[in-house]
Amino acid sequence: MIKSVMQRVLLRLLPHPLLTLLLAVIWLLLANNIAAGEVVVGLLLGWAIPFFALQFWPDKLYVHKPITLLKFAYILLHDIIEANFIVALRILGRPEKLRPAFIVVPIDLNSDFAMSILANTTCLTPGSLSALLAPDRKSILVHAMDVDDEAAFIHTIKTRYEQPLKEIFEGDDDKHAQENIKP
Amino acid sequence: MSPWLEALLSFLIVLGALLTFIGSLGLARLRDFYTRLHGPTKGTTLGVGSLLIASSVFFSVQGEGISLHEVLITLFLFITAPISAHLLAKAALHLKVESLVPLPDEAIARKNSQHRDYQSLD
Repeated sequence: MIKSVMQRVLLRLLPHPLLTLLLAVIWLLLANNIAAGEVVVGLLLGWAIPFFALQFWPDKLYVHKPITLLKFAYILLHDIIEANFIVALRILGRPEKLRPAFIVVPIDLNSDFAMSILANTTCLTPGSLSALLAPDRKSILVHAMDVDDEAAFIHTIKTRYEQPLKEIFEGDDDKHAQENIKP
Repeated sequence: MSPWLEALLSFLIVLGALLTFIGSLGLARLRDFYTRLHGPTKGTTLGVGSLLIASSVFFSVQGEGISLHEVLITLFLFITAPISAHLLAKAALHLKVESLVPLPDEAIARKNSQHRDYQSLD
């Protein structure tokens, strides 16, 4: 009983611990040194900004699998570098030979945050660009630059990016996912 | 600074400039609005990225202490470049900008019906 009250107070005072840490790190990078004073200012800002911006972040942000997150970041970095060279080659090659297409990729993510990361990811990775989120939040429209097998393209996005994101931000249990569904 | 490091930094700077240039060249060479979006979105991320790595290494070796605030620019670029591309694509779809391939009718129809809903609410 007392524990749950304390938890609730803590949650009220520190609504987004992850964002607090992230903002503190960003502040340190901005200040470009790690003096003790800067750490304090960073943590203070990291606490105050989410606290006052709580209205814009009603959903809780959980990272269920930090290791998967690191793996995902590595895959993403690798793909971004690859994507840059692929696109550069395509631009220098023969643009009239490209086969662009609009592809509807069905998604089953529930949290807004995971969805925006997925849309962001598709923009950064080889030959694709997210163009539209369907109003029912069940699919995104992706514009691909050069594609010959739509099914394989969809499969890549789903297994390479969506699956890890689902594991990271929504976990295995559907409880949090249910909470995040918008009416 | 050792010549090797200088060579590495020069390589990174030239590579960055080249990739950024190719990304912009895409605007001229690609053939419709939607494919044109790909060039600047992707070409610039790694291009500017390698310029920033070079800057970070240079000032870490040259100046006092490690210089890491370039990481921040990269991070913001990775966040903002896809968002602007997404918004441009979305606006283009809404205005039915011409494309080499047929526009996705279904998505547009849904979008328009949603738009009408908003209007009827007003």
